[in-house]
Amino acid sequence: MNYLWAFLIGGGICVVAQILIDKTAITSARIMVLFVVIGVILGGVGLYPKLVEFAGAGASVPLTGFGNLLAKGVKEEVDKIGALGILTGGLKASAAGIMAAIFFSFVASLIFEPKAK
Amino acid sequence: MKTDKKQYKEMVKKASPKSSTALNCMRAFFVGGVICAFGEVLHNIYEALGASKDHVGAYVAITLIFLAIMLTGIGKYDNITKYAGAGASIPITGFANAMSSPAIEHKKEGFILGVSAKLFTIAGAVIVYGTLSSMVVGLVYFLVQKFSGG
Repeated sequence: MNYLWAFLIGGGICVVAQILIDKTAITSARIMVLFVVIGVILGGVGLYPKLVEFAGAGASVPLTGFGNLLAKGVKEEVDKIGALGILTGGLKASAAGIMAAIFFSFVASLIFEPKAK
Repeated sequence: MKTDKKQYKEMVKKASPKSSTALNCMRAFFVGGVICAFGEVLHNIYEALGASKDHVGAYVAITLIFLAIMLTGIGKYDNITKYAGAGASIPITGFANAMSSPAIEHKKEGFILGVSAKLFTIAGAVIVYGTLSSMVVGLVYFLVQKFSGG
């Protein structure tokens, strides 16, 4: 059952983005930024964690989930270390994902050649 | 004959192929949904392997990022994006693709100004605005905690 919800909610979030791309002049890069920021806001006000509880990866895998992770991280750090957490929380929480993306991208650029166009 | 902007827009609308928003949305829904459902599968696998609740999400993200970057390397992720649009770019795999694709593409320009600088062409924007907005959330949260006596 949780696979179905992950599929439906995850797909639904992508459809919202697709509609924005098709109906407005917003480019896909801007949509990505927009969705992360929306995730941070919804995470900040405490709504997004409820969606994650309900839809699992359907909510955490889209970029809104990445934003939610940033918001969650910053709150936890503020709880733990106070004001300094405002600066450290976001990057700390997202470090694993960002570092993995940097590392694998770098390795990929060593291994793979650009496709001839 | 003078053509104003409005008329021109209508002419473009008539001449361009029929809008396929519905089809695009179906593809985005299907592919985006499948990626997320696959994420859920990974989640359950890592949980069964005994990963702690706090770390499962990171393992899932790392796995998806790895797979997306390998697919980018062999040139397949671009095809998925062409087919699925936001269904491929909105999941975390799209973020991984946005990092690795320009890095590989600009390899010829060297490892400093090519690979490492271009890694952040799109990812940089995502990280900058993501972290900046997280600071705002943190600041508001901090102030609320402080002044509500929490």
